[in-house]
Amino acid sequence: MTLLSAEGLNKSFGGVVAARDVSFALTAGEMLAIIGPNGAGKSTTFNMVGGQLRPDSGRVTLAGQDITGMPPREVCRLGVGRTFQVAQTFLSMTVVGNVQMALIAHAGRTRDVVADAERLFRAEALALLDRVGMADAADRPIGELAYGDVKRVELAIALAAAPRLLLMDEPTAGMAPRERASLMRLTAGIAREEGIGVLFTEHDMDAVFAHADRILVLVRGEIIAAGAPEEVRANEQVQRVYLGTTGVKAALRARRAHG
Amino acid sequence: MGRFTLARRALAGGLAAAPLIGLRVPRAQGAPVRIGELNSYSRMAAFSVPYRNAMQLAAEQINRAGGVMGGRPLEFVFRDDGATPGDAVRVAEDLLTRENVAFIAGTFLSNVGLAVADLANQRRRLFFATEPLSDAITMQQGNRYTWRLRPNTYMQTRMLTEAARGRTARRWAIVAPNYEYGQSAAANFKRLIGASIPGAEIVAEQYPALGRVDAGATVGALNQARPDAIFNVLFGPDLTAFVREGNTRGLFERRFVLSLLTGEPEYMIPLGDETPEGWIVTGYPWEQVEWPAHRAYVEAYRARFNDTPRKGSLLGWVTVQVLANLLNRVNSLDNEALVDGLRDLRTDTVTGPVVMRGIDQQGTMGTWVGETVLRGRQGAMRNARYVDGAEVMFPEAEVRAARRSS
Amino acid sequence: MDFSFVVVQALSGLASASSLFVIASGLTLVFGVTRIVNFAHGSFYMLGAYIAVTVVPWLLEIDRSPWLFFVGVLVSAVAVGILGVVMEVLLLRRIYKVPELFQLLATFGVVLMVQDAVLKIWGPVDITGPRAPGLRHGVEILGQRFPAYELFLIFVGPAVLGLLWLLMHRTRFGILIRAATRDREMVGALGVNQALLFTGTLFLGAFLAGLGGALQIPRVSASAQMDLSIITEVFVVTVIGGMGSVTGAFLAAVLIGQLQAFGVLVFPKITLVLVFLLMAAVLVVKPWGLLGKPEAAAGRAALPEGILNPARFAAVEKGLLALSVTALLALPFFGSAYTMKVATEVLVFALAAFSLNFLVGNGGIVSFGHAAYFGLGAYAAGLLVVKAGVPMEPALVAAPVVAGLFAALFGFFVVRLSGIYLAMLTLAFAQIAYAVCFQWVEFTGGDNGVVGVWPSAWAASRHVYFYVVAVLVVAAILALRHVVYAPFGATLRAARDSEQRADAIGVDVRVHRWLGFTLAGAAAGLAGGLYAFSKGSIDPTMLGIPMSVDFLAMILLGGIQTVMGAVVGAAAFHAIKDVFMPLTDFWRFFLGASIIALVLIFPRGLGGAYAALRRQPGVVRA
Repeated sequence: MTLLSAEGLNKSFGGVVAARDVSFALTAGEMLAIIGPNGAGKSTTFNMVGGQLRPDSGRVTLAGQDITGMPPREVCRLGVGRTFQVAQTFLSMTVVGNVQMALIAHAGRTRDVVADAERLFRAEALALLDRVGMADAADRPIGELAYGDVKRVELAIALAAAPRLLLMDEPTAGMAPRERASLMRLTAGIAREEGIGVLFTEHDMDAVFAHADRILVLVRGEIIAAGAPEEVRANEQVQRVYLGTTGVKAALRARRAHG
Repeated sequence: MGRFTLARRALAGGLAAAPLIGLRVPRAQGAPVRIGELNSYSRMAAFSVPYRNAMQLAAEQINRAGGVMGGRPLEFVFRDDGATPGDAVRVAEDLLTRENVAFIAGTFLSNVGLAVADLANQRRRLFFATEPLSDAITMQQGNRYTWRLRPNTYMQTRMLTEAARGRTARRWAIVAPNYEYGQSAAANFKRLIGASIPGAEIVAEQYPALGRVDAGATVGALNQARPDAIFNVLFGPDLTAFVREGNTRGLFERRFVLSLLTGEPEYMIPLGDETPEGWIVTGYPWEQVEWPAHRAYVEAYRARFNDTPRKGSLLGWVTVQVLANLLNRVNSLDNEALVDGLRDLRTDTVTGPVVMRGIDQQGTMGTWVGETVLRGRQGAMRNARYVDGAEVMFPEAEVRAARRSS
Repeated sequence: MDFSFVVVQALSGLASASSLFVIASGLTLVFGVTRIVNFAHGSFYMLGAYIAVTVVPWLLEIDRSPWLFFVGVLVSAVAVGILGVVMEVLLLRRIYKVPELFQLLATFGVVLMVQDAVLKIWGPVDITGPRAPGLRHGVEILGQRFPAYELFLIFVGPAVLGLLWLLMHRTRFGILIRAATRDREMVGALGVNQALLFTGTLFLGAFLAGLGGALQIPRVSASAQMDLSIITEVFVVTVIGGMGSVTGAFLAAVLIGQLQAFGVLVFPKITLVLVFLLMAAVLVVKPWGLLGKPEAAAGRAALPEGILNPARFAAVEKGLLALSVTALLALPFFGSAYTMKVATEVLVFALAAFSLNFLVGNGGIVSFGHAAYFGLGAYAAGLLVVKAGVPMEPALVAAPVVAGLFAALFGFFVVRLSGIYLAMLTLAFAQIAYAVCFQWVEFTGGDNGVVGVWPSAWAASRHVYFYVVAVLVVAAILALRHVVYAPFGATLRAARDSEQRADAIGVDVRVHRWLGFTLAGAAAGLAGGLYAFSKGSIDPTMLGIPMSVDFLAMILLGGIQTVMGAVVGAAAFHAIKDVFMPLTDFWRFFLGASIIALVLIFPRGLGGAYAALRRQPGVVRA
């Protein structure tokens, strides 16, 4: 069954087209990667799905419900979890506090002025942290964690909303290679186990080809190829503009090294 | 940091200086009579520092001559009122409770004066308001415990409108700072001008914010109304800016101007050679006052402070004279007795006799009305005449109506 | 209105605009580069005028030539620029690492010190400077006379704008200024000596302020009040123009100049509030001013300024708290009447400050106009008692309700903005509320306010009223503190830490901030109501800018990153004021010096210093 579908999304910024007629669909439990060179419109497409940007035209539906132009908080309430390219967490809080906050929000108790926030949903939060392997760090301030660990916590935060769909914008950006692989494995495992659909953008081709069920290739705002990893890898156009040129690859490596 | 004026130390120093001069006079002995004085010494220093200087000097003279109430020294405890009602009320409480003063005096701003007056009423303690001009202090919001010395806004405005008697200017423009003093002076003027000039009408009114006059725009707007005459209530930096702009743009040419307070040295000195000529103003031409008592006070003041007296100095001096007289008459520090003692109390001061009129608890101290003139590079007053406050007080019926309704 | 009049009035507006722009351009440059809201900018303007009225007459003694006049003006401006450098080197440089709000507080300390220093050096009497030789006369324009000097001023503004443009586009220093305005981190990355850049910017900013002041001397006299009278107006100009945008400041200055020139014709009584209405309108429509750019989202996540993981009371602290509450309640048995008066006031301010820190420290919502809600609470209570004859008890209920309603109304617009623009909009609303209380004489008593706001008979004695205040304040503070630890408080912190993340977990950030703003406003309103009954009167100073600044000073002295710091800060601030005020006329100097000293010694406030102490092992068991 189709979980997420995007139909004919268009977006331009002051004459510059960032997305042109972008359409795709995603089923539950599927991992769909969007790849493309810098400025190809990956983040724009992503943000149109997540509610951060409103498309100029086109439609986004989640399990049949139209969510086009809905603000992120409402998209979240419909069961969409999200991680960011630069991890966004509540820096003043502990690791478990971050997840508890997400659980409080999910439970709709953010206006509660009576309960003690520190005690609310602690067990559930610890369980989520356990799933991402961060239970040991539960009571440390999140600001003290290594970046890779922060990304794991962010995943736990995203999972707190019991999502049907995860939107992950460059989930492994800024991480060491080994951490990357393990985060992607973790994500893929959870997604398959719980039937959560995952839409992610990624620069790391190893991660993409290892875990994505399907891949969309965006260039200058347009989808030039879509399909299973092997198909995409074999696509000539893709090879020409993106994968094939070793120069591009080297540039990508260099970029990753800088994070 | 130099010599920051430490109020209490200065006072102590002043008292201690007396024996050094070596005068063999009956010095005051016994427990001092302490009076709390709060004023805006920091915010309104141009007025209040000369005022405090004069009070200290006057108190010294009295103490050297034997003090008050049969030999007790007069002592003022000076405090800054912070120039806000909130601070002033706390300071007043401090004076009354911690400093154990017999009563309190002072204040400059009208809202501060009113707040302290109401506190005095609540605590049933005497408050001798020296400077605040608001009519309300002795009218609608008057109370048994609050007495005011200085001629109020109504009295000063009336002195000017009376001086306009016989003029032909019909079309009047008003410019006043946008706060109670300005508004109430403008209202009084509208009420009173008709009596002096039948058929007078107001053709323009400008109320720039206090301290922020946009002089060019204001002068332009007044000019546009083509008035025959102008009633000005601006003072301080606003006045300087207004006068300069008006001079350059010819606003005052062939126009009759009545102006409140402009002749007071505090406001005239900064005008310098820009002082416009021929304005009818209230003020204080201290150098022209020939009364012997006044001359003696001026000499003493100049000798001591190496500065010319200001309006504040005069007020401070007269305040001490009235209070000393009160203490001597009543010869007790009982609060109610002091309040009653002020009723119609007559004191011979350096400005002549001053009566604290019982019906509205307002002093009859007057002020000078004259014409501005440029002498060298400094403004002065010509044909100045002392107007006794008693001639321009609120009519008794009006006082009764106002004070009853409150 | 004939044509010639309209032209001349517009020229008057342009002359004012020009002066305003010269001053505002300096403020906006300094803000752009250092992100410091420099309160002392008005002091630089005042110093420029005072130095000019000293230097220029001396030069004119040598020769009454126009050139010497302008030499004097430039010399004064350079001298002020050097003072700006002195401030940067002696003070700001030491505190670049501390939160930006503390820098603001330090500059406010400078304002207080400069005010008294000016009184000390130049005396209390206003000093009128000379007119510019050769420009004394009036020029006939369409049959109306217009001052030649103002014609000259009209050209100064665009000239300064042009010179600044050249500086910013043709010199390395200028290019660095622009780069820093756009992205501070980039400058650090470029390997630029940041300290030197800041010093240079402060020189330029202070120079422009000094130039603005010196150019005013042929128009206005130098007086000790001119700093505060200009600073709010300059803030308004920079905010309307967009902080950091010099061209925006120019447009805004022209707009305001014309608004005032023609505003006096239509609304002669409310010219002041017109300016703030304009600012509020601009910010509601354009949240970053006319030409300002949205603050670039921080590329690197930084720890927020404010309450971090809120500490719980340790056993020792619980004991301490119980002890202080007991001591407080026992105060009437051993304290003097005056001690009780002061304690009452400290309690009231503690609540107001605590409610402000609920916004600033906990919510990251920096309000420059919190006194509005304090004052509106006071007015609600006072007017009900005096005008409607309502007794104290219901009036004290009405105070937080009315203040909360106004906070809800203003907050609706406020929470749409962020950062400095949010702060300035709170200031604009506070000034509008102030202006209404000031102007609506028939209802509010105008600037005199209303007297006779005394407690009911049973609470009239200082002792009983003290208990009334103590009980209500302690209860309100503990309740607000509880909210900080509750999910609602945590949500506000979460939204402060990362708005994006909060949004992504399903939090409606605006609604929560709006509710928080309303709650804090209501708490401040209760404090205001209690204050009114302790003073017996209400007047507009209760919602003025100085009151708002006092509250900010209290929470910053106390430390915005601790929950209870505000209470300590209120007590400390009041104590400092209470010690110095009776001692000397120059108490503002000492108050300013104390504030600066505290910022330097305790850059995170007293509460922050305690929190640091607490983290050390063996001091307090957490």
